[in-house]
Amino acid sequence: MAAAPVRAARLPSLVLLVGAAYCLLPVAWVLVAATKTSSELFSTSTFVPGGALAGNIAELAAYRAGLFWRWAANSALYAGVGAALSAALSGLSGYALAKYSFPGRTVIFNVLLAGVLVPGVVLAVPQYLLLARMGLADTYASVLLPSIVSPFGIYLARVYSAAAVPDAVVESARTDGAGELRIFLRVALPMMVPGLVTVFLFQFVGIWNNFLLPYIMLGDDRKFPLTVGLVTMLKQGNSQPALYNLVITGALLSVLPLVALFLALQRYWRLDLMTGAVRG
Amino acid sequence: MRSLLRPIPLLLAVASLLAACTSEGSSDGPGGRVELSFWTWATNVERVVDIWNREHPDVHVTVSRQTMGDELVTKVLTAAEAGNPPDLLQAEYQALPTFVSNDALADIGEHVGEVREEFAEETWEQVTLGTDGVYAVPQDTGPMMLYYRADLFDRYGLRVPTTWTEFAQVARDLRAKTRSSYLTTFSSNDPGWFAGLAQQAGAQWWGVDGESWTVGIDDEPTREVADFWGGLVSEGVVDDQAMYTPQWNKALGDGTLLAWPSAIWAPAVLESVAAGTRGKWAMAPLPTWNPGEERTGNWGGSSTAVSAGSEHVEAAADFALWLNTDPAATRALVTEGSLYPAARDAQSGPALDQPPAFLPGQSTFYTEAKAIADTAARWTWGPNVNVAYQAYRDAFGAAITEGSRFSAAVGVMHERTVADMRRNGFTVRG
Repeated sequence: MAAAPVRAARLPSLVLLVGAAYCLLPVAWVLVAATKTSSELFSTSTFVPGGALAGNIAELAAYRAGLFWRWAANSALYAGVGAALSAALSGLSGYALAKYSFPGRTVIFNVLLAGVLVPGVVLAVPQYLLLARMGLADTYASVLLPSIVSPFGIYLARVYSAAAVPDAVVESARTDGAGELRIFLRVALPMMVPGLVTVFLFQFVGIWNNFLLPYIMLGDDRKFPLTVGLVTMLKQGNSQPALYNLVITGALLSVLPLVALFLALQRYWRLDLMTGAVRG
Repeated sequence: MRSLLRPIPLLLAVASLLAACTSEGSSDGPGGRVELSFWTWATNVERVVDIWNREHPDVHVTVSRQTMGDELVTKVLTAAEAGNPPDLLQAEYQALPTFVSNDALADIGEHVGEVREEFAEETWEQVTLGTDGVYAVPQDTGPMMLYYRADLFDRYGLRVPTTWTEFAQVARDLRAKTRSSYLTTFSSNDPGWFAGLAQQAGAQWWGVDGESWTVGIDDEPTREVADFWGGLVSEGVVDDQAMYTPQWNKALGDGTLLAWPSAIWAPAVLESVAAGTRGKWAMAPLPTWNPGEERTGNWGGSSTAVSAGSEHVEAAADFALWLNTDPAATRALVTEGSLYPAARDAQSGPALDQPPAFLPGQSTFYTEAKAIADTAARWTWGPNVNVAYQAYRDAFGAAITEGSRFSAAVGVMHERTVADMRRNGFTVRG
């Protein structure tokens, strides 16, 4: 039992190390490239850092009177509000689908499953045409509304509440005379928190990184999120140099909130694993 | 002529339903002030628009910065279908037929028609599409020229080529002297560049014949240009990497590439990707196919158009006219946005007295440039340039990988472009 598994684990470890390098090298590249001036970017050795990070950030902050920060605030709004509403909606729907039996439940769930398989990208143009008809194109709502409904989030919340909220607990709350909403808020919701945090994170990352939906929905560049804004800095036509160093610095700054969010919410995931282990 | 540009509607059933909805694009501000939205990608154009807004308190223009390229064409068309277009938009010349055939642009001829004298004839044709209408005001053009590293040409004892035959010989001579450099590269990722080279050779990719289109992508000049470059690539004397990549940026900066057949706006690009080589480059006319000939093509260039769905077509047309012909505006476009203005007077305006900062040694840069610009070939864009361009990337990319003849790739471009036009209901002769 002692020696053999250790030796056998070498190959998987190697594979994992290669995988880690594959994932981390581009991040390291962004980190290093963000410290270079535009002339250093393509002339100095790839992983030798320059000393222009502060200068790049200052230049980025000054770009069109601080528009970058506005894009960052927009991204935070779209992702934060969108993910919170999405988690709430997913929690409600998932719980309802898991704990109530009503006519059409299977049909709804199957349609939902089909929805999970449809990539959001495909829906962007039809959603634009619909929202434009409602007079909502080029508004904050046009990006927020489609982000709130997440079939995958509802699916996850259903699976999670089916497993994490015992029927017996719901039943005994009922016999104690609690109303359905009260049962959901006071009894089921606390048990579903780790699952909903997962939904929130998934949605947050998804909305934060989404390009096509806001690209199509928004015409006004003051409503752009970071993804769309940075691309406008990159593609200014053949005749104009792409602002590589600013875009790279912007990309670096734009992943920082995601890193912070994951670190902050990580403990909920640990809790999830531990609770599972105890119950098992 | 208008019917020529309009395809038989095939997939427009849904779109026309949606087009019935109201426009939310523009609204009147406080005190009856007209509010115009302007989608553009031109560098620092906000500063030029600020001048307009100061001088015209009753018509306020708001810039919304967009990305250049085929995606923007799609975005504008989608917005127009949904009844939600911007009032004004920057449009590349090659996109104008696409916009017009989708009824996305207003005919502003009655508002701006009298300025046609301010533009070269072939430039004006780009915005009329050979019809009686006027669909945009020309903003900038991109006459092609040859940029080369004067210092490295001296070091290797190379002469600046005046014909493409000499160009090929210089490419060979350079490879004989050093294995670490190429004269230039052939990019399968920049169809606009190749189109410019084909224009110079006398190609006519699209044309109008009565009530139908003609397509000549695989015409003799284009095939010759393609096989000329294909020969150099297979000989190994011209590199085959794409332009506008980090690797290409590096190659321009470290002397791996000695020359770049490019356009008037190249100094701004070189400045940003190869700042360390400032002062080492020089500009010459593009080599020609026949000795003594004076002829070039255009790479790039754009115009300012007004949406058909705008509620303020006249005010928007006034702005488009001002932006591209007013001396103060064109001067600001040159100094702030480093655009090469399409208006003739602006081309010899005071803003272009000095050479580009990147080529400080060539004091007569803009005088030479204007002379070159005047030799630009006539050219008609078709209604599906994006399809032809995508076919270029696919077919030439494959030709480089497989080592097959470039003229065969031109044939693929031709077939795919014609097939797409027929599928979309355009009449194509031949």
